Order: sequence, then structure tokens, then C-alpha cells
Amino acid sequence: MSKMLKLFMKESWLLIIAAFCFGLLLSFTYIQLTPKIEQNMRQKINTKLGSLIKAEEYEKIGDYELVSLKRQPMASTVYKAVTNGQVQGWGFTTQGSGFADKIELIVALSSDLSTIKGYAVLASNETPGFGTKIVEPYFKTQFADIPAKPLELEKTGNPDIKDTEIIAISGATVSSSAVVNIINNALEQIKEKMKDKGLL
Amino acid sequence: MSDGLPKTAIYGQTIEAGFFSENPVFRLLLGMCPTLAVTAALKPALTMGLCVIFVLVCANIVVSLMRNLLKSHLRILMFTLTISTFVTIADLFLKAYQPEMSAALGPYIPLIIVNCLIIGRAEACASKNTLDISIVDALAMGGGFTFALCLLAAVRELIGTGNLFDYPVLPNGFQPWASMGMPVGAFITLGLLLAVVNIITRKTRSSK
Repeated sequence: MSKMLKLFMKESWLLIIAAFCFGLLLSFTYIQLTPKIEQNMRQKINTKLGSLIKAEEYEKIGDYELVSLKRQPMASTVYKAVTNGQVQGWGFTTQGSGFADKIELIVALSSDLSTIKGYAVLASNETPGFGTKIVEPYFKTQFADIPAKPLELEKTGNPDIKDTEIIAISGATVSSSAVVNIINNALEQIKEKMKDKGLL
Repeated sequence: MSDGLPKTAIYGQTIEAGFFSENPVFRLLLGMCPTLAVTAALKPALTMGLCVIFVLVCANIVVSLMRNLLKSHLRILMFTLTISTFVTIADLFLKAYQPEMSAALGPYIPLIIVNCLIIGRAEACASKNTLDISIVDALAMGGGFTFALCLLAAVRELIGTGNLFDYPVLPNGFQPWASMGMPVGAFITLGLLLAVVNIITRKTRSSK
């Protein structure tokens, strides 16, 4: 037995020591950089939400569990936009499948949850030139200041009219219907959760 | 690496090999996954290239230093361990200081771990050569890789969006070819560049 152990140590001592050293190096780097990475995350949320609701502070309220479009559990983080103690609005994150990859959105609601103030894309990987238009004002402005009710996607119409009718990027663009579905799926659920928690 | 030559001549040969005669992308066709995936624009291509240079230099230094201690049947394990450590460090640094680039590159930074260019250099060069040659080799090969990635990205970004480094350079009337930003653009551009490189190589060979 001790012969085996000796052989084992003789062959692999370098690997064991190296793994230990690399582990130390990694944990040191991780500890050093984690605060910066978390700060980046917060800053990203602040700028994205800030482009939808003007407020002094964006406070993280908590994570709620919703049901995704695929009937799977999905976490949604809710943020409160506050100026001088006054609630300016709410933001919540949601996600779902786009054309090529997951689309992650943050959606802003007015303080009484009656109006959608707009959405911003946190992460997406859509087709350049087509699906990527979901991050451009041309499509996004259709979601600004519209009633917080289930949205409908139309192929043709006037995108300048502010109502729950959203005009698609093109008839065959999956990304535009994905955005509408993702928002529709989460909207009622999050409103219910927030009312349950007594946030209003 | 030939013996008996002065050091500077060996360095010169190594650098020439990295950029031209053994260019990882154009001559050896190594690391095709990032080559095709991140070259839709110059910025991500350059970031990817710099990350690869960092990982390649660090991995070559470590492997070269421990080359006399390596057990031959455990060497690949050792290389992978070294490479994955430095890739994780590079990934964390990008997340901390270049969050937008990190999001744009997505899974392709962690995927440097399985980039055959790096493990190939550890095996072919660093595990057989002294520290200085290994470092020069890493810089040359990494530089050659970055050069190739940027060349590909410049063509694709210019035709695909009309921009270079996100600055518009083509006149307003230019209609961008959206397909150049998609995988099909990567394959076509790479194929055409490979053809150009092959023509040049054949010409220089026959003129010698």
C-alpha cells in the first residue's frame, strides 16, 4: 500500500503542488476583483433603468420567482426608483428565448404599476441588422408610456401611436415577438407578486 | 529551433514564423472557433487577441520553467491546468475592467482554455525550450494570431457595418451587408483570406 502511495506521490507531486498554487492565485484574484464586478453589475442596472425612469437612487428590493415562458421557474429582480423618498417607478428583470440566444430585459413600470415606462436590453445575441433592432429607439419607443396590459404584436400599423399594439420589426423577425412575449409573460405575474408582498 | 545560431537569429526566426510562415490562423488553421466567432468587429477581435497573448505568455512561462519536472504522461493535464488558471484570471479581469467587452465576447473567453493554439505551443515549444525562447515564441504566435483576427475583423466590420472600431469610415450611401456580420461572412472572408495568403506564399516560394 505504501509502495503504491509512494509511486503515486512520485508521479503526481508536481500536479498537486501546481493545483494548490493555481488555486491560491485564483482565489486571490477573485477576492480582489469581485467588488469591482458587482459594482459593474449595479452600475449597468442603474444606467439601463436610469434611461427609463429618472430618479436619484435605484434600490434593489429582492428576487421573486416567476414562471418562465417554458413553464420553468425563473428569477426576477425588482428595483425601486426613489427620489427624496418618493417612489418614481419600478423596474424588474425578465428573460426568455430570442432567435439565437437568451434575451434578458429590464422593464420599467410607473409607481402605481399602471403604465409601462419602457424596456432596456440587459443581454441579447440577436441577428445583426435584424434582431438587433430590439435595442434601437425605433422599436423601443413603442413601449414607452403605454398601458401595463397584455401587449399585442402587429405586422403593420403606425408605430408612433402609443398603445398596447406593438408593430413588429418585420413580419418574420422572431426577436420582436420574443420581446413582446417575454414582457407579457412577466407583467401580470410580477404585478401580482408585488401586490402580495405589499410593495404598493 | 535550430542550435548553434546566435540568440537574435533564433528570435528573428521565431517571430517570422509566428507572423508569417507558421501563422496560427492562416498557415496552421489553429483556433478556428474564436477566429470565426469574434471577428464581426475589430474591438472584440482585438480584445480576444490580447487575452490570447496574455494566456499564451503566462502558460509558456510556467510550462517552460517546469519542463524538466514534467512527467510525460501527465503533461497534457499539467498544460490544461495552467491554461485554465490564466484564462480564468483573464476572464475575471475583463469582467471587472471591460464589462461591455466581456458581455460581447460571452462564452468565447472561457473557451480559450480549449484553444489548440495555446496547448499546441506548450507542447511544441515551451516544454522543450528555454524561458527566453518560450516567451518570444508566445509573443510571436499570439501576435500572429491577433494580427490574423484583426485582419479578418477589419474586412468584416468594414463591409458589414461601414465602420472601423465603431467609427464610420465609408460614405453615407453605402448599404451595409448584414451577412458579413453573421457566421456566413466569417467563413467567406476566412476562405478568401486563406486563398490570398496561399497565392502570396506560392509566389514567394517560386521566386526564391
